[in-house]
Amino acid sequence: MSTSIARLPTARGRRASASGRARHRAAFFFLLPGCALFALCVIYPIFSSIALSFYNWDGMTPRTFIGLANYVELFHADTFYLALKNNLIWLVFFLLAPPLGLLFALYLNQQIKGMRVVKSLFFAPFVLSGVVVGLVFSWFYDPAFGLLKLIVGHGIPVLGDPRTVTFGIVFAALWPQTPYCMVLYLTGLTSINPEVVEAARMEGAKGWSLLWHVILPQLRPATFMAVVLTVIGALRSFDLISVMSGGGPFDSSTVLAYYMYDQAIKYYREGYSASIAVVLFAIMLVYIVFHLRRMLREER
Amino acid sequence: MYPLPVEHWKPWSRALYKASLPVALFVWLLPMLAVLITSIRSSDELSQGDYWTWPKHFALIDNYGAALTQTPMLHYFANSMLITVPSVLGAILLASMAGFALATYRFRGNIVVLFTFVAGNFVPVQILMIPVRDMALKVGLFNTVWALIIFHVAFQTGFCTLFLRNFIKQLPFELIEAARVEGASEWTIYARIVLPLIRPALAALGILVFTFVWNDYFWALCLTQGDDAAPITVGVAALKGQWTTAWNLVAAGSVLAALPSVLMFFAMQKHFVAGLTFGASKG
Repeated sequence: MSTSIARLPTARGRRASASGRARHRAAFFFLLPGCALFALCVIYPIFSSIALSFYNWDGMTPRTFIGLANYVELFHADTFYLALKNNLIWLVFFLLAPPLGLLFALYLNQQIKGMRVVKSLFFAPFVLSGVVVGLVFSWFYDPAFGLLKLIVGHGIPVLGDPRTVTFGIVFAALWPQTPYCMVLYLTGLTSINPEVVEAARMEGAKGWSLLWHVILPQLRPATFMAVVLTVIGALRSFDLISVMSGGGPFDSSTVLAYYMYDQAIKYYREGYSASIAVVLFAIMLVYIVFHLRRMLREER
Repeated sequence: MYPLPVEHWKPWSRALYKASLPVALFVWLLPMLAVLITSIRSSDELSQGDYWTWPKHFALIDNYGAALTQTPMLHYFANSMLITVPSVLGAILLASMAGFALATYRFRGNIVVLFTFVAGNFVPVQILMIPVRDMALKVGLFNTVWALIIFHVAFQTGFCTLFLRNFIKQLPFELIEAARVEGASEWTIYARIVLPLIRPALAALGILVFTFVWNDYFWALCLTQGDDAAPITVGVAALKGQWTTAWNLVAAGSVLAALPSVLMFFAMQKHFVAGLTFGASKG
């Protein structure tokens, strides 16, 4: 083997690996700022919170390790179970948003003049901040002059009654969430295969059975997104509770997210508060894993 | 098409359908209309207990003028702008770079990085609260707009990276190969070839992130104290506490708080919906 021939492939190989290395370097530098910031502000705080949940800390003086004491206290606190129960109520009733959104989407999926404007007006509540939605519905419920009083004829203190307050807030939360699901379904409806629908119609399928057996299976991606986002929204609920009831009356409308905030900001119980956040995180982790597994299947 | 287009309906059910639309819309938006009308109602009418009739005289200028001058509304509004605009630009810049890297380079750990971004996006924000607040306090950024900007950029980067990575993956890869053959540097490929091609995706994301950040309340509560750096969501909520009787002022404040994101949405509807429903039609 002459040296000149032997050198050729190695030279090419070296050039390829040099450009490969350059690309690796480029990938590294492109990823660096985003990853560094994300690691600092999102990844690190998760572990820091988990660690903090084993300590007693008021936010100023040095922290003391107390093992599982925060969790023991948490699992014996009535407010914790109240918050958990309210989270469950949120979850169940907030999940009305996907079917309601589907209903709206079916109602509005027509091509007539001005429909675009109608659709976007229906969607408008989603763009409002939780604070504004909370204020709007506080007026709506106000027992002295609210719209509800005008409709029913007498004032009902929805937000002042421990039995009704959570339902009142979830109802308000459905106002922006329903159009969100509606938009997901409207997009899903545009990508439905018209031939399949026509064929099913030819075979005499209509009404409920057409919807259930032909349309809904094709809307599965939209349903999946709507359900995942609604569940996450239900577990994250904070803004509306903070604005409409402040967790009250007597903690009756608190949820884990609000209970945690309250303990940290009002009572300076950072360690205990972190343990509530860890429990919330653990619940959410189920959904995160579920979602990631689905994504991984698609990537392959 | 499903449901059956109205053109194929019986004439009178078609008429009924068309008539039902404005009614449904009115009922659906009633809470919003109530706020709009309250925001232009005079204080006299409110003190007479006149909440729901059509206002006799309009106090548009009085109420909004009062909300802007007698309350720190303008200051909150400016804070919101100072927080939101840099956050949107920052998140999009970082995410476009990270998304570009994840879409065009093959390296070990690519999928892991992507999944970490996605997972981070679903994390309940409460678990980040205490450490983030503590960090902001330690480096002296607590109660400044910078703390909010940095945090919003970090948090939004996750979602934006996934979005842009998928968008860049759909571009024809030959374009990038051809540029490489011609000797373009990786940075040139990113800045001159990929960025111009993903402009629609950048617009969709920009508008979406704008509304997310503008409407944020939780982080504003955690990272600010008092009026200095508080955005308009905190301002309006505080207004409700202080001016319990001046509902018209609170209503005017709410309208001001809602206006930018509503305007953004109506101006760039198509982009907004495209961003929001990303993933709803395919897989």
